[in-house]
Order: sequence, then C-alpha cells, then structure tokens
Amino acid sequence: MSGTVIIGGGIAGQAVAERLREAGYDKPVAMLCAESRPPYDRVKLASLLEPGGDPEALQLRPDTWYEDHAVDLHLGVEVTDIDRAARAVVTAAGERITYDTLVVATGSTALVPPIPGIDRDDVLVFRTPEDCEAMVAAAAGTTRACVLGGGLLGLEAARGLVALGVQTTVVHLMGHLMERQLDPFGGSLLTGKMQELSVEVLVDRNTHEVLSADGRVSGLLFTDGSTLDCDLLVVCAGIRPNTALARAAGLECERGVLVDDNLRTSDPHVFSVGECAQHRGVVYGLVAPIFEQAKVAARTIAGDDAAGYEGTVPSAALKVMGVDLVTAGDPMADGGVSVADPETGVYRRLIVSEGRAVGAILMGDTRGAESLVAMVTRGAEVDDPLAALAAAAEAKASDLPDDAQVCACNGVSKGDILTAIREKGLRAPSEVRACTRAGTGCGQCKPLIAEIVAAEVGEATDEATYLCPCRNLTREQVAAVIKERGLRSAGEVAEACGAGRDCGACKPGVAYLVSLIAANRHREEPHSRFINDRVHANIQKDGTFSVVPRIYGGVTTPDELRRIADVAERYEVPMVKITGGQRIDLLGVKKEHLPAMWQELGMPCGHAYAKAIRTVKTCVGAEFCRFGIDNSIDLGIALEKAWEGLYTPHKVKGAVSGCPRNCAEALVKDIGVVAVEGGWEILVGGAAGSTVRRGDLLARVDTAEDVVKVSSTFLQYYREHAEYLERTYDFVERVGLDTIKAAVLDESTGEPAALRERLALARAAARDPWEAAAAGARTEFHDLGEDPEPALVGPPADGSMTSFEDDDKEIA
Amino acid sequence: MTTNTCVLVAIGRVEDVPMYEGRAVSVEGRRLAVFRTDTGFHAISAECPHKKGPLADGLVGGDTVTCPLHARRFDLVTGKAVSGGDGCDSVEVFTVVERDGWLYIELGD
Repeated sequence: MSGTVIIGGGIAGQAVAERLREAGYDKPVAMLCAESRPPYDRVKLASLLEPGGDPEALQLRPDTWYEDHAVDLHLGVEVTDIDRAARAVVTAAGERITYDTLVVATGSTALVPPIPGIDRDDVLVFRTPEDCEAMVAAAAGTTRACVLGGGLLGLEAARGLVALGVQTTVVHLMGHLMERQLDPFGGSLLTGKMQELSVEVLVDRNTHEVLSADGRVSGLLFTDGSTLDCDLLVVCAGIRPNTALARAAGLECERGVLVDDNLRTSDPHVFSVGECAQHRGVVYGLVAPIFEQAKVAARTIAGDDAAGYEGTVPSAALKVMGVDLVTAGDPMADGGVSVADPETGVYRRLIVSEGRAVGAILMGDTRGAESLVAMVTRGAEVDDPLAALAAAAEAKASDLPDDAQVCACNGVSKGDILTAIREKGLRAPSEVRACTRAGTGCGQCKPLIAEIVAAEVGEATDEATYLCPCRNLTREQVAAVIKERGLRSAGEVAEACGAGRDCGACKPGVAYLVSLIAANRHREEPHSRFINDRVHANIQKDGTFSVVPRIYGGVTTPDELRRIADVAERYEVPMVKITGGQRIDLLGVKKEHLPAMWQELGMPCGHAYAKAIRTVKTCVGAEFCRFGIDNSIDLGIALEKAWEGLYTPHKVKGAVSGCPRNCAEALVKDIGVVAVEGGWEILVGGAAGSTVRRGDLLARVDTAEDVVKVSSTFLQYYREHAEYLERTYDFVERVGLDTIKAAVLDESTGEPAALRERLALARAAARDPWEAAAAGARTEFHDLGEDPEPALVGPPADGSMTSFEDDDKEIA
Repeated sequence: MTTNTCVLVAIGRVEDVPMYEGRAVSVEGRRLAVFRTDTGFHAISAECPHKKGPLADGLVGGDTVTCPLHARRFDLVTGKAVSGGDGCDSVEVFTVVERDGWLYIELGD
C-alpha cells in the first residue's frame, strides 16, 4: 500500500494515527499491533489490580473509531523484518506490507536487571494487562510480596498488591523513592505516605540474589548480607526500549532508535516515536513527551516539517490513591524555595536555577500544579520563587498560561482547549471533552476543563463537576477511593477522603456511589440520606409526608383499591390524588403513621420519594385497544419488576406504549418503549418536566425480552456513568448517543452482558424498605418528644428509651 | 439571691440521637432540634425561619445542618445562617448538657 504504516499499537502508535488524521493526512494509515487487543492506556494499568478491573475499560478508542478514521488496525500481527530498500515490512505470517512512510513505535519492555536467580517464571513484571492478571492470580496464594523498584510503576504495583490483601515491601536500590522525580526530602515524605498505605519501603538496598525454595521464590538476599522473605516478586526496575527490529534493519540506534527534531530516523522514510525513540540523547518513559513527539512526527509526515521537537521537560503524576504527587523537571537542582509541613505531609517546592524555573515538586497539596509544571516546562523566569509558589496555589483557570498541560492522559493543553472552543463554537465541557479528548482519561482534570469553559464562554456551566465541592472531589475520584479501599458506607468515605465532612450536601451522592459500587451490599447510614430516604416517604412543604404504593404498570385491583381507601380513612389522610405516573398518592401523612400505614396497605413501596426507579406507565395496549399493536401492559409490568427498588443518579421514569399513538407518553420518558409493526422501539433521555425533550432512539428490537435486556443494559450504564443528580436527558446529551450505543448494544465486547450482570446483582440485594421496616417492627420515625409526649421530656420511669434508627441496617 | 440560676431539663438518652442525625424534642413548650456531631451535642430551634422546615430532618455536615425543604444551612454552634441567603434569619441556640448518659437542655431562669 502507499501511505503510512505504524508498527506498534501502544499510546505512541495510536497518538501518531490520531495526529495524522487531525493534520489532514488523507493517505492510507495502517497500524500493526503485536498484542491481540486494540491500543489501550497503559498509564492506567494499576486499575487492573483493583477488584473488577477490566482491561477493556482501558481501551483508548472504541472499535468503531478505526473504521471512522480509516485507520486499518491489524491485531496480533508481529513484524519480523523491515525491508528498507523495498519500503516494506514483513510479518511473522510472511505477509509483506509496503509503505511510503514507516513509524516505528515499538515501545519498550520491562527491564529485568541481571540478578542471579531472577530468571524464573514466577518472577513477574508489571507491563501489560496479562501481567496484571498474573499478579492478581499470584496474589491469591501469596503471604508476602516484594516489588523491586521504587519508581512510579513500582509504587503503583505495590499499592495494588496491598489492595489485593498482600503484605508488600518495595525494595529500592537508590537512597530515596522516585529519585528521578523527587529530592531526598520529598522521597522520605513519600516513604511515610506509602507506609501509611500499608506499603513497606526499603531504600538503599542492592539485591545480590533472588532466593528460591521448593521451586518458588522465597526471598531476596541483599549485598549487605541481609535478607527479605517473600513468595511473590514483581520487578519494576525500569524499561528497555524495543530496538531489535530497527537495529536489524540497520537504523542507527544507541539506547533507543536515534531520531532528529522531526522524529526522523537515519532513514528519511522511517520515523520513530515513543519509548523506543532516543531524541537528543534522551529516551522518555513518560506519557507527556510521547504526545508531543507524535504531534511533530505526524505533521512532518503530512508535509509540514517546520514543526520541530525540542525535547520535553519531564513531568509526572503518581496515580496512587491517597498520595497526591506531581513533579516536573530536575528535582536535584539547587536553589528555589520549599514549603513543608511534615505533620500533614504537604511539601511544595519550586526549584529555580539562574533565575529560571527548572523543577517542581508538589506533594499532598497539588494546587496550581498545571501552572507550575508549565513554568518549569517553559523555563519561565522567576524573580520571587516564594511568591510564585504561593500565587500558583491560588491560580484560577484564567491565570493558567496557554501552554499549561490540562489533560496529562491525552496531552491536551489549555491552548488546545481554547482553540477548540473558539474555532468550533463549543459551549459545554462535554463538547470540549468529545472534541479534544481532554478529561476522558483518568477524569481528574474535568473540573479544570469546566472552569476553562466557564471563563471562556462567560457563563457558569450547570454541569455537575465536583461530587464534593467542599473538597474538590469528582465522582471519579471518590469512586476510586471507594473501590481501592473497599469502603461500605458514606461515613467511611468521609473518613477516607473528607467527602461529605464539611457541609454534608454531597452525602446522598456519596451514599449512592457506595451502594452502586457495592451492588447494594453496603452499610446503610440514615445520616447520609436525604430525609425522604430515611423515612421512605416524600416530605411536603408542611413537614408531612406522602405515601405512594407501587402499582406495577398502573394496573391495580379492587382489593388493592379497597385497602388504600381503608388506610386513607383510618389515618384521616387529607388528600388522595391520582398522580401523573398512574399511581395513587396519599398526601398529608404524619411521620409517625408511616410504618403502620405501609403494613396495612400490604403493597410494595413506590419509591416516589427517591432518586430511583419511579414508575413505568402503560397504555392498555393490544389486550383491549383496537389500535394496539403489542401488549404494552405486560411489558411495562415486566420492566417495573426488573428494576423495582434500584436507586439511580436521578429519578427514572418509564413508559410503554402499545402503538405509535403513544398514549403512555413513552417519547418523553427517561426510558420509553413503543410498539411498532414487527417489534419495539426503545427511546432514552426523554423528558416532559421543566425540560421537554423527545427521547433518542436507542434501538429497535424484535421481542419484549429484548426490550427488557437492552433497556436494562442502558439503565445500568446510566447508573454507573451519570453524575449524581444528572437526569437521563442531560446524561444522553453529555455522553452522546453514539458512545451509549457502543457501550450498550455491541454485545461482542462483553460489556453489555457485564452491565446486566451488575444490574442483576444490585437488584437481587435491593429490599423493599416498607416491607423491611414492617418486618423489623421498629418504632422508628417517632420524634423524640413528638407532641404530646410528656414521658419523653425527662427520663422515663423505667429508664428505657426507644431506639429510633437501626444504625447498622445492612442491605444484603 | 443569685440571678444566675438555670434549669436543666432532661430530654432523653445520649443514644437516642445517633451520630450526624437530628431529633425534634419539646422542652417547656418549645420545639427544639437536637443534633449530634463530632464536636458533641447541639440544640437549635426546630423550625427553619424560612418556611418552617423541620430542621431535625436535615442533612448534617460538620457542625451545620441543611434544611430538607429549601436547603438553608445553619451553623449548629452559633445558629447563624451559613448559606441560602435572601434575608434568612439565624436560629436560636440552646445549651445541651450531657451527664451520666442523659441529655439535658439548659434553660435560663
């Protein structure tokens, strides 16, 4: 073929392909990946050590991207030879693929130092999803693990092992951890932080030999004669550029493949990018330089070789939950200022040499990281380092220079975002994310993106950005804490990261997140729930409550109606009202009457008070209606029973119409289903409240069973990905229907099935709160001293008091 | 005669007010809301000055409570409105005394 062939499907290869298309390169692009999976985000590898870690979640682009951008993706194709004279590569299968331009992005492999005894099958490295799989498997039978290497990767691996329940020690050759990014003081603070996270740290230890016994690793012997027992060894000692292919093809190599400022190798038709390339004597092992290299290489290939690459000042962020650390530049340079508080683990240092910023270390308090990293990257002049350090901490998005990196995962600067906003007329952070990819990686920069958009567009975005605004914590960050530490209640989350501690407003959101992640096997805490969820009824303006029993699909019976009437009379309910969702509402109920009323009603809870599955209303459908195409009532009831009791980011209303006349108003529901000739249409994101929006067509399916399957998959996707209090109509617009379709409909990925499995797990553990309260026969929801109750003013004679809430109610 | 007398009125047991929750209570004809936070027990008047929302049913965070009706937030120690603005008054604060597992409200003479 003519065009560009990229060898390597890592972050570098992918970045080159993307930048090529962005640069308007219209010739064929082929990408040859030795691994059997599409390019994935290796930076987030440690997430695979967490429970439920899914390699597919790391995939950089959905499968459809390659087709959409005419990038010919070859998986499991190993290149064995480069025939430069013929401008062709040869694969292991013997296929010859010709090129105009070749990009060698073969990356690197884990470096295993030549220590006696280290060359064993049960010595693992931390480099690929398969390595993670092996670590998880090995962790099960391990009592004590050792990670060789105290750099970024080693620390992430160690933290992952600890989270898997393995006692873990990091052994580091140098005098302090992360010595390429940190000064000795920062390193010693980091050691303390890792120890707080139950990771043991040994520095200044030169491993002399890997010991084994009974065919298994048994420990390490150090040069000072001391030993360390372990039955699992993970080597994270650095990387080795994969240059064999380039070397064999006669390309000039040293440690890496030598490239010029346009990323060209010694052959003008061959480029090299990423961890295999050596530019001005440096081989980069971090992600930020890769993006810059890819940009320059792609522009050059596309015909614009004016853009030169001048090297990257390295910057890094440690992705270990509980340790906030950002570094940039040279940590060992002299000069500059530092602010430290060992008590709280805060250490901020700006290193200034000859009047210019050359390095920064931000630990424990990373405010202003973007602007400080930009200063170091640029080598900005600094007159007063202390003032610069302080100012950075207070910096707002508008103070950031255009070259400040906002999204490290995807290498997007503030300038890139501003350009996208201005040139494409973007108005919302979601559009910026879709357009620039910023914020689609680890998600930590999402709040900053929202700030930049707000500053540029000149209006506040109403998008939920922080789950806990007091502590600047996003939903993703809180979710990561919950997963990493296996937290089971909002109280534990507050303890762990502070979310909900200050004003308490986010406690219901945190409680939802905990219940979602634990699939309802969490510990229910009344204090973290809105009053409605504590008393399982909807508070009214006068402090009374409303009671709405569940009437599946809006179909009731004379017996149920009789019971409702009896209860309404007995408790003198001031108003009985038919609701818009085909339910019956008993309004003006006193709090203390609630448990007895539920018991006497003998009907399931309608969840009309909660951010949960509300109603699925139906029309009479084919059973009675002369226009009916299909049986809407049965399907509506089936849906409601499948979802009953599930909490959601915001309320979810459904409807099923038996024909396109739509008497059940299914077009304006969160999840609406309409019978059409030969099947059903499923619409999502509809609304008819303060916002009116016609639902988007998610899918057309043949059978009622498929409706339950597909709409349940969407429901779980919404439950897992929406911000708290984000209705489906905002969610669908923010995320985009295409993304949702890819996640929900493409069964080949296995993700839809996994979503349904998690939904089923949560559904199985959801209890009817009314039934639970009645079964427990608790006298909860009486107030202390509810008038008139003189016995409660002053100690009761027998010294006993009623307990009002069961603190440890397990939903399981 | 000293004018510095005060009356302790028992309102219930310590365990009747779970951590980070509130309970409404009547004391000498007055309705109060009693809360428990990391800093101890606090009592304020039971009704939100905005639209009479039941403050005992609010969400507690730090030493503040947020009214369940319209999210006015009050400081449990000072009684001052923390957010929610628009001329929202502060609430009255009462002293809670904890003794031998019992809670008392201190009423001035």
